Amino acid sequence: MVAADRIYLREAPAKLLPAPVASTGVVGWVRANLFSSPGNIALTIICAALIVWIVPPLLRFFFFDAVWSGADREACLPSAQNPEPGACWAFIRAWSSYFTYGFYPLGERWRVDLFFFLLAFGIAWLAWLGAPRRDIGAIYFFIVLPILSYVLLSGVPIIGLPDVPTSLWGGILVTIVVATVGIVASLPLGILLALGRRSEMPAVRLFSVTFIEFVRGVPLITVLFMASVMLPLFVPDRLAPDKLVRALIGVALFASAYMAEVVRGGLLSIPRGQYEAAQALALPYWRMMALVILPQALRVTLPNIVNTFIGLFKDTTLVFIVGIFDFLRTIEAARGDPHWATPITSVTGYAFAAVFYFVCCYGMSRYSRNVEARLARAHRR
Amino acid sequence: MQRLATAFAIAMVLAFGAQAASAQTLKAVQDRGQLVCGGNGTLAGFGMPDPQGNWVGFDVDFCRAIAAAIFNDTKKVKFVPLTTANRFTALQSGEIDLLARNTTWTMSRDTTLGLDFAGVTYYDGQGFMVRKSLNVKSALELSDAAVCVQQGTTTELNLADYFRANRMSLKTVTFATANEAVRAYDTGRCDAYTTDASGLYGERLRLADPSAHIVLPEIISKEPLAPVVRQGDDTWEDLVRWTHEAMLNAEELGITQQNVDDMLKSNSPDVRRLLGAEGQFGQSIGLTNDWAYRIIKAVGNYGESFERNVGQGSPLKIARGLNALWTKGGLQYGLPVR
Repeated sequence: MVAADRIYLREAPAKLLPAPVASTGVVGWVRANLFSSPGNIALTIICAALIVWIVPPLLRFFFFDAVWSGADREACLPSAQNPEPGACWAFIRAWSSYFTYGFYPLGERWRVDLFFFLLAFGIAWLAWLGAPRRDIGAIYFFIVLPILSYVLLSGVPIIGLPDVPTSLWGGILVTIVVATVGIVASLPLGILLALGRRSEMPAVRLFSVTFIEFVRGVPLITVLFMASVMLPLFVPDRLAPDKLVRALIGVALFASAYMAEVVRGGLLSIPRGQYEAAQALALPYWRMMALVILPQALRVTLPNIVNTFIGLFKDTTLVFIVGIFDFLRTIEAARGDPHWATPITSVTGYAFAAVFYFVCCYGMSRYSRNVEARLARAHRR
Repeated sequence: MQRLATAFAIAMVLAFGAQAASAQTLKAVQDRGQLVCGGNGTLAGFGMPDPQGNWVGFDVDFCRAIAAAIFNDTKKVKFVPLTTANRFTALQSGEIDLLARNTTWTMSRDTTLGLDFAGVTYYDGQGFMVRKSLNVKSALELSDAAVCVQQGTTTELNLADYFRANRMSLKTVTFATANEAVRAYDTGRCDAYTTDASGLYGERLRLADPSAHIVLPEIISKEPLAPVVRQGDDTWEDLVRWTHEAMLNAEELGITQQNVDDMLKSNSPDVRRLLGAEGQFGQSIGLTNDWAYRIIKAVGNYGESFERNVGQGSPLKIARGLNALWTKGGLQYGLPVR
């Protein structure tokens, strides 16, 4: 038995001792991350105090003390069981169809639902990187979907879809339509304007600069006000475009001016050598831009582009100035309902709006972070 | 800001020449097959949507009454929600045929905007709400009280006038929106809250304990709310004015939505003239002679519309007050149809 003779030899590696308790596990993580220095300790305490101060009341308001069902304001008034009622979700429930569709006729609301589905389908197709045939997805999203949406929402009486004038649209429907049109139109327009501003053709450059500076120099609310109030004075009633269309054009042009400056920032960050290299390969202007410059420039500016999108999404609330009932405005209208008037009705309405806008904007922001991470990986190689 | 915007918009309209009001509004409405009515959209009891997205309210009913008179169909109205800033421009530019949006009839508006007011549909006025625990019975006891008010409104100016006229010292706490002002009042930052009496009842429901507050009897300003039309189209103005008068006359004569068919057989000459059994009154405003019958059948008389939207049949429970018929101590006086 060889082993018995050489008992000083280990037959198995020594058992690994765990790291000191103080540097592993929960305690270790806490010490390393939360209490590593006096400054850090102070910050930790402040943050913890803030959380304790803010979160429980929020949870109470949103969930524990909230009123989930009821027929009218009585349900959301202080009572013996619930002396300090939280959010009156029953009110949101009662009004939810108005928040979603506005004045859209009851019998035609399936069309809006279908539109939401088609839009979500298109976004998922484009946003999910592993999806099959994303080129068809792009065609669907940028060409098929707009036509389909128009037919669905506005109606074509010949094929049995009655006309629904845009004055009846409202709520989330309007918010989504305005935001989507603004976002989809502003990126290509913005890129064109940015290229135009850096163009060597004086006429193109002058036009781009004038447009960008003029639009950026005017508040969106003024653009919308002009479009809705002044236009009917100059154009005969019949030729004046629809109110929602006016707002859509206003928002799209406005957003594209901002987008142009964002893209220009990206273009400026591309070193001269890239242009020269592309020219040395005899690439014509558009191919140089499409294959060499823009892919790099857009990657650099992606956070700013999404920033502009998020800003635009929230700016859609301004269309109320021209009498269009967007999501926020429908809530403002509903909170005056005497059947539901309680001290918490308004607060509930605004809390609901905050949740909606937060979910949408945070979703956009998360997605852009993913795309950034993916692009950065490709770049690192 | 809003007032500046209004002033600017109006100046632009005047400068560029508002389309001279064509005397063809009725024809345009008939050709279009739809009345376009400017409304509030967010004022409880007067003009706002219900959860199904239908417009309801006192001003809304007035537009529906006109649609009933013209088309015999209360659904043929398109409502355009307007703000205080853009309501007059919308009418001047021809975007709407009629403005029924709790708009106060004042001399300057009547004389300088190129618009005409067609009869007072609701006599409103500024009032005060206080806590019952304050033991105040009259607005005259409010000296040194802190009053919550929305800034930049005529309400704020009326308040200052009233206190100055009565030699009381005033402490105002102003807020940008009515909502904030009400919240501040409810949390005890002020002793009293003031706005138009019609609004006070709606706001009171939003307080933590509505029964702990009272609306004081004093009305310190005159706010006659009237429908507005473009100047220069007298036929249209007549139609709007007499729609209101027809609803008033119906109430005076006891004609209601329920009994209007029986009333057709009445022997009373007043009833027969109103319902079109005698005379050519409908034709004189460009309609058929049963115009008032259709209004009452579809919308009811003035009192029915009032009670349904803002009175006892609604959560607002506003008393008739000045809006009672003249025979019952109010100011509503139906001009004779004859």
